[in-house]
Amino acid sequence: MPPKAGVILAKRGFRLRLEARTETPRWLIYATPLLALALTVLSGAGLFALLGVDPLRALYGFFIEPISDLYGWTELGVKAIPLALIALGLSLGFRANVWNIGAEGQLTIGAICAGGVALALWNSGGWWSLPLMALAGLCGGIAYAAIPALLRTQFNANEILTSLMLTYVAQLFLSYLVTGPLRDPDGFNFPQSRPFDADALMPPVLEGFRLHWGLLAVAVAAVAAQAVLTRSLLGYRLTVTGLAPAAARFAGFSAPGIIWTCLLIGGGCAGLAGMLEVAGPIGQLMPTVSPGYGFTAIIVAFLGRLNPLGICVAALVLALSYIGSEAAQVTLKLSASVGTVFQGLLLFFVLACDLLLLYRIRRE
Amino acid sequence: MTSRTLKAFLLGAVAALSLSAGAALAQDKTKVAFVYVGPIGDHGWSYRHDEGRLAIEKAFPGKVETTYVESVPEGADAERVIQQLAAKGNNLIFTTSFGYMEPTLKVAARNPKVFFEHATGFKRAANVATYAARFHEGRTVIGLIAGKMTKTGVVGYIASIPIPEVVSGINAFTLALKSVRPDAQVKVIYVNSWYDPGKEAAAAKALLDQGADILTQHTDSPAPIQVAEERGVYAFGQASDMSKFGPKAHLTSIIDNWDAYYIARTKAVMDKTWKSGDVWEGFDTGMVALAPYNAVLPKDVVELAETARKDIIAGKRHSFTGPIVDKDGKERVAAGKTATNPEILSMDWYVQGVSGDLPKK
Repeated sequence: MPPKAGVILAKRGFRLRLEARTETPRWLIYATPLLALALTVLSGAGLFALLGVDPLRALYGFFIEPISDLYGWTELGVKAIPLALIALGLSLGFRANVWNIGAEGQLTIGAICAGGVALALWNSGGWWSLPLMALAGLCGGIAYAAIPALLRTQFNANEILTSLMLTYVAQLFLSYLVTGPLRDPDGFNFPQSRPFDADALMPPVLEGFRLHWGLLAVAVAAVAAQAVLTRSLLGYRLTVTGLAPAAARFAGFSAPGIIWTCLLIGGGCAGLAGMLEVAGPIGQLMPTVSPGYGFTAIIVAFLGRLNPLGICVAALVLALSYIGSEAAQVTLKLSASVGTVFQGLLLFFVLACDLLLLYRIRRE
Repeated sequence: MTSRTLKAFLLGAVAALSLSAGAALAQDKTKVAFVYVGPIGDHGWSYRHDEGRLAIEKAFPGKVETTYVESVPEGADAERVIQQLAAKGNNLIFTTSFGYMEPTLKVAARNPKVFFEHATGFKRAANVATYAARFHEGRTVIGLIAGKMTKTGVVGYIASIPIPEVVSGINAFTLALKSVRPDAQVKVIYVNSWYDPGKEAAAAKALLDQGADILTQHTDSPAPIQVAEERGVYAFGQASDMSKFGPKAHLTSIIDNWDAYYIARTKAVMDKTWKSGDVWEGFDTGMVALAPYNAVLPKDVVELAETARKDIIAGKRHSFTGPIVDKDGKERVAAGKTATNPEILSMDWYVQGVSGDLPKK
């Protein structure tokens, strides 16, 4: 029998086919990420069994044990803050097909600007040090994102390429600064700045824990993003531009305006995240200030369906996968690669389950 | 003890009890943990530290329990990993990269009963010791070999990050190279990473294209050796014997050997004699060693290398013997003198013969 279009499984007379949906039920939009999560956990259990570790014990060690105490929860927050903040900023652009891939670079420049302020005010700061650093980080990120915006609107240069390439420029610039002008004078030439003084460090939410008030920045950004998306003309313009660029043009929405807005918002959020990292858990400038938050945030944005609340949840999920991977090495003696495989599985299933939004599976 | 460390300690104790087969057993064992900057499969720096961990297990069968966490970024994550290891009841924690310095000190302050050993750092505390190896001694010997084996007189040097350890290595290598081949020069490329096989390979190719006919590296992967093997030139390995990645190219490797130090420090914890301090050992104790020489090396070259190695052990030869003049013509070490340890440990200048400049203040 010639194969029929759309047949995906044929076994023992049992046939399934994909059928395009005319409408996606609302509940399914929320159900598919959960299904993806369930499938990840299930295949993760299989993976653990293959590695010779009791699957239940392993899943517990990976996902529950790291957050079984207050310290674990606060550390989850430390890891999720930059992811959520950057993803919230990027999500607006992604809705309008503006692809800022260079948040990592904007974060780095934000960290440099904020760190520069902290070092300039070293031992002569005050309560105003932190607000000034936040402003510097924000402006740094915005300015750095303005470059791809300018190149795109003036010269039609693809922002995916320019923003990505500028990431490496930013990282090398930071590396130059900490090996040169901003190097700790008492540091035996190690490429690190002085540790910031107390005025330039984010106060912790709870004494003795690292979770800092960057939490507030995430909350504000999430509420603002939600308000922009649901209650403002800008949100409407972004959505229309993303879904139907031609319609947006007919409606007279300025395409360069959208590009500028999206890139600058994304850059500002990333720059602020950079400031929070150096003023928070790191406390000085180092050659590397982020383990790739700017790139992981892209995954977070899509896992959260570009929805502010969804992004916050997704940031926690990704943060847990990192912390779980560390914990699994400590308690289960599993390799670091297992954590990476887990993240890969999660993304794979999220994308695979999205198929269900557009198609339904029918039995023939 | 603050309420938080107490809580962390109790949680760790509970976890340790529930995990191990018997409570009594868990108490007897000394728990030793390691934090690595790269994967244990890098065949370089982290791999050799992990070999040291395995040596501890072998030396005290049934008496130690070891744990490691690999590929931990130098930054905000390191502190959590170290704290977790302390909370899980480890008695001795080795943090094996200089970027872990501040996180190690912060966690150590919160966990005064846990002992910490930080590799290649310079800040210590009552429960934080530091240790490093005099790798420049090895660089002196391979510099001599390179001087004898190069035809073009150009040597490619794949470097990681311009910290004193790396800069002093470049200088020691160059001084030795020029002592046997005065017109030789060293071209350096920094890849800004300790472990990045892709970048290391790209740097290796770029150096060969610039006329280098021997490669040496201060990065952790065997990628440069593989490039050398492909291109039919000689190269020196890093941290471990990398001969299997380029049997023809590999002349020798500078080997890091932490086994004896790790065993001694673990024993000190068991005997309750552990004290903070600073250790900097070289060929003399075997912390720095050389892999077997490639058979292609002529007899006189092997002899030259071995004599230098033995002279260093005997104190008759020093990697930095004056007169040493830096690139700008400034005298750094006077004739008849040798550089002091603090001078080597804060080196931020190149000797003549190194092309390129260091970032300046």
